[in-house]
Amino acid sequence: MESAKGAASEEVNQSKSVGESLDEQFLNPTPMLDELEKGPWPSFISGFKELAERTEKPMLRGVMDQLEYSYNTRMGYWKGGLVTVDGYGAGVITRYSMIKEKFPEAAEFHTMRIQPAPGLHYNTKMMRELCDIWEKYGSGLIALHGQTGDIMLQGIEEKNVQQCFDELNQAGWDLGGAGAGMRTAVSCIGPGRCENACYDNLKVHLKVLKHFVGALHRPEWNYKIKLKFSGCPNDCTNSIMRSDLAVVGTWKDSIQVEEDEVKAWVEERGLDALVNQVINLCPTRAISLNNGEMLIESRDCVRCMHCLNAMPKALSPGKERGISLLMGGKNTLKVGVNMGSLIVPFMKMESDEDIDAFIELIEGVIDWWDDNGLDHERIGETIERVGLKLFLEGIGLQADINMVSRPRDNPYFKAKY
Amino acid sequence: MSIEVNGTSYATDENGYLVNLEEWTEDVAKKLADAEEIEMTEEHWNLVKFLRSYYDEYQIAPAVKVLTKAIANEKGMDKKEASEFLYQLFPKGPALQACKVAGLPKPTGCV
Repeated sequence: MESAKGAASEEVNQSKSVGESLDEQFLNPTPMLDELEKGPWPSFISGFKELAERTEKPMLRGVMDQLEYSYNTRMGYWKGGLVTVDGYGAGVITRYSMIKEKFPEAAEFHTMRIQPAPGLHYNTKMMRELCDIWEKYGSGLIALHGQTGDIMLQGIEEKNVQQCFDELNQAGWDLGGAGAGMRTAVSCIGPGRCENACYDNLKVHLKVLKHFVGALHRPEWNYKIKLKFSGCPNDCTNSIMRSDLAVVGTWKDSIQVEEDEVKAWVEERGLDALVNQVINLCPTRAISLNNGEMLIESRDCVRCMHCLNAMPKALSPGKERGISLLMGGKNTLKVGVNMGSLIVPFMKMESDEDIDAFIELIEGVIDWWDDNGLDHERIGETIERVGLKLFLEGIGLQADINMVSRPRDNPYFKAKY
Repeated sequence: MSIEVNGTSYATDENGYLVNLEEWTEDVAKKLADAEEIEMTEEHWNLVKFLRSYYDEYQIAPAVKVLTKAIANEKGMDKKEASEFLYQLFPKGPALQACKVAGLPKPTGCV
């Protein structure tokens, strides 16, 4: 491998010196990785090659070579370490090569996590600035967005990290969360572009994350904690499954029905469609027909969103809107995958005072968890270990019949309509 | 790698952490702090000594949470103030800089 690489780069140098580099490739041969380009789907290898050939950054070539080697040996060769910027304890994810003697160009390939704008609303100027700064200091490779919700700037050497951060920060960007602290939050597109949004999740996201910015940059809790803000129970951020604190928009009163639009819908699709695709698919049988008019029994409605999604013009969320707060969602760890449990069935989220009250509640919850949780224990696991009763007493909430453990039967359910 | 203090050579790992915990002296700490561009004040020394005595007792560096709680108790601060105070002393964080100056091994874990 090493000799092949050496030979290849020698060839490049030679041909470049005689000025006949037209057919010469910057990258070394990577037959194993090339397999990943086959098939009709997009390939990260193609993107990687394109970027490497355009920018001729040695770091990108080194990573390709090391990955090719990994595919041959079936071993990974990245190890972690500690790199941060001044005043921050988190935000840079280190990747050092364990075999840098073999692949010196791949010696360092750290990731900088950058917090996205709530709802991922960017303007092109910000994106251009971000890309320019990143190509100046780093590899140019960007994952938009990673599993954490951050913009992942992948591939930078330690010596460039501080300067890169300073410029990004000047342009209005900040590092995301890592380690045992508050993590980068995620929002759906919210009221910016969606009629189902039951509260301004973008505003709440921004305000809450500003409040917890210290805990995000200087992690010192038991373990990570994640907030996700979904505008309605469609839960486009998957908050119930993927966040410790899931803030989901909801309503208290009845679904609003536009009778004219119901008629127009039936005229276009027929009564069969209404019965077969909407009424019969209501999981709680809350919908009936009364002289041709849709009747929704609010008491039975579990806000599964199916009818609203099927008839977006005819039906919309009720007028008395707010949020439900679920806690404890997470992936496998000490105990298996958990979905969040409904802890606060309804909370208004309109005025600044509403948001302040919400922040106060979250602070109390985190304080309790920080004092009572074990090291490396997510909040859902702490609640499960001590029991819901002790948890509710600890944070000063009354038990309520509306605290159901399963707010939605099956979030993967997707009907045809 | 190694550093030299008062004519004696001390082995360090590839990240500049002291290899032998018991070789640590205040002069070595000053040298390590220099490399991090930190000027040691009394507050710095208190923290470093706390880290060392904690390590002596438990054979592991304290979690950041334990560290901030100890500072908060001693200084009568709340946890948030204690955290900011800690990062003022060691801007790159307690794990990266305070442990290094205290001569403790590089903390493991995903931070």
